[in-house]
Amino acid sequence: MDGWSNERAAEMFPMVFEGFVVVLQVTAVSGVIAILLGLLVAISDQTAPFWLRRPVNWIMQFVRNTPLLVQVLFVWYATSLYINPEWTAFVVGSAVLGIHYASYTSESYRAGIEAIPKGQWEAATALSLPRHRVWLAIILPQMLRRSTAAVANWLIAMFKEVPTLFAIGVLEMLAMVDRYAGLNYTGYVEGYTIAGLLFLAASYPVAVATRRLEIRLAKSNF
Amino acid sequence: MDWQIVIDSLPRYAEPLWVTVQVTLGSAAVALFVAFGLGLMTSSKHLIVRTPARIVVEFFRGSSVIVQLFWFAYAMPQLLGFQFDYAIMVGIMALGLNYGSYSSEVVRAAIGAVPKGQWEAATALSLSPWTRTWRVVIPQAWPEMIPSLTSFAVMLLKASALVSMVSIIDLTAMANTIGRVPGNELLVQYGFLLVVYFILAWLIWSGMRLLERRAKRGIGIGARPSKKALADGHGVQASGGAM
Repeated sequence: MDGWSNERAAEMFPMVFEGFVVVLQVTAVSGVIAILLGLLVAISDQTAPFWLRRPVNWIMQFVRNTPLLVQVLFVWYATSLYINPEWTAFVVGSAVLGIHYASYTSESYRAGIEAIPKGQWEAATALSLPRHRVWLAIILPQMLRRSTAAVANWLIAMFKEVPTLFAIGVLEMLAMVDRYAGLNYTGYVEGYTIAGLLFLAASYPVAVATRRLEIRLAKSNF
Repeated sequence: MDWQIVIDSLPRYAEPLWVTVQVTLGSAAVALFVAFGLGLMTSSKHLIVRTPARIVVEFFRGSSVIVQLFWFAYAMPQLLGFQFDYAIMVGIMALGLNYGSYSSEVVRAAIGAVPKGQWEAATALSLSPWTRTWRVVIPQAWPEMIPSLTSFAVMLLKASALVSMVSIIDLTAMANTIGRVPGNELLVQYGFLLVVYFILAWLIWSGMRLLERRAKRGIGIGARPSKKALADGHGVQASGGAM
């Protein structure tokens, strides 16, 4: 029996926090992928030819309905065996996490596009605006307002799933706790508690801000 | 892909498949229970009921499900000197509490969307709060919840793979074990696994769609409200008439 110890918690904190910084780095990289790739998929869903649209949709549906953990393991072994063993777990893990969540954000963007009144498209056609102007000046600004809150929610969820990458050896918080416990034969209680509290401290304010944004956008009656 | 390798290892996947199904269904049951408990509490008009429920919801939603899983598996036995009798209970509890907290927001929103007139009518008929909640409000809120709950059920299935990280032998853990043996090609095993999970997810989608259709028929509404009912306006009347 080995309960909570304040000293050990204090001793472990810097180490776990180091893992937390890695979590933030992964979140930043995967976040950019999720935001941009999701947008690309959503736009191509409206503009790309049939033969491209369908397979992309299937792939995204498959990605959305299978576990992130297995995807990460699959891609990690595939890249290290057949593509390039030099790629680090950080790079591969962030990419898979980003693509996984792009399959969710693209749905939010798509809902945002579909919610735009038909008259907007018709007006753009009536003014015979060039295609890129239609997208950049009319569709995207309205779509982004509608989907920002939903995408932000996916990014928060993604942030909390970063520890999955522990499975391929990314040095996030769980790995740090493991490392400490491996040397000292103790520290699970403090380590996992600190990790959970760090997640809570980081995600709660963002979640509250997102909810505010959601309410404000809903009220603004756009 | 060399299918012979997969076919040869199929029998060894039988028991882990059952573990994955048990973890998913077990945590879905826990999650449903937690969701209704917390959802009803956070919809309460009494601050004293609402506040503790909100704290629990925010706590479980805010601190990553994976960390919670590890906490239940490795920190709880040391801290509380208490251990579940069955290893899979760790997975069921961690996933159930986490996804239950998420789903409680769905329950709360659906309850909030039941027209006020329904509450007032139930009160006017002097139905007890219990009857009003379970015989009037919930049956109308339930079909509204199902699509969101379905997404959460699929997420639960996906999250069930995480239990392999706390030494529970589910499908993912078995693929790790089988794949490490030379000649069994880890990648083939993972590829097979992805297909299996996809089929399981598809089963959840189809099952829940049936459930939704039944729930809607149960309160006398079709797949979606008819245009005429909407054109007649008076949302309260339209849904009241549908009872």
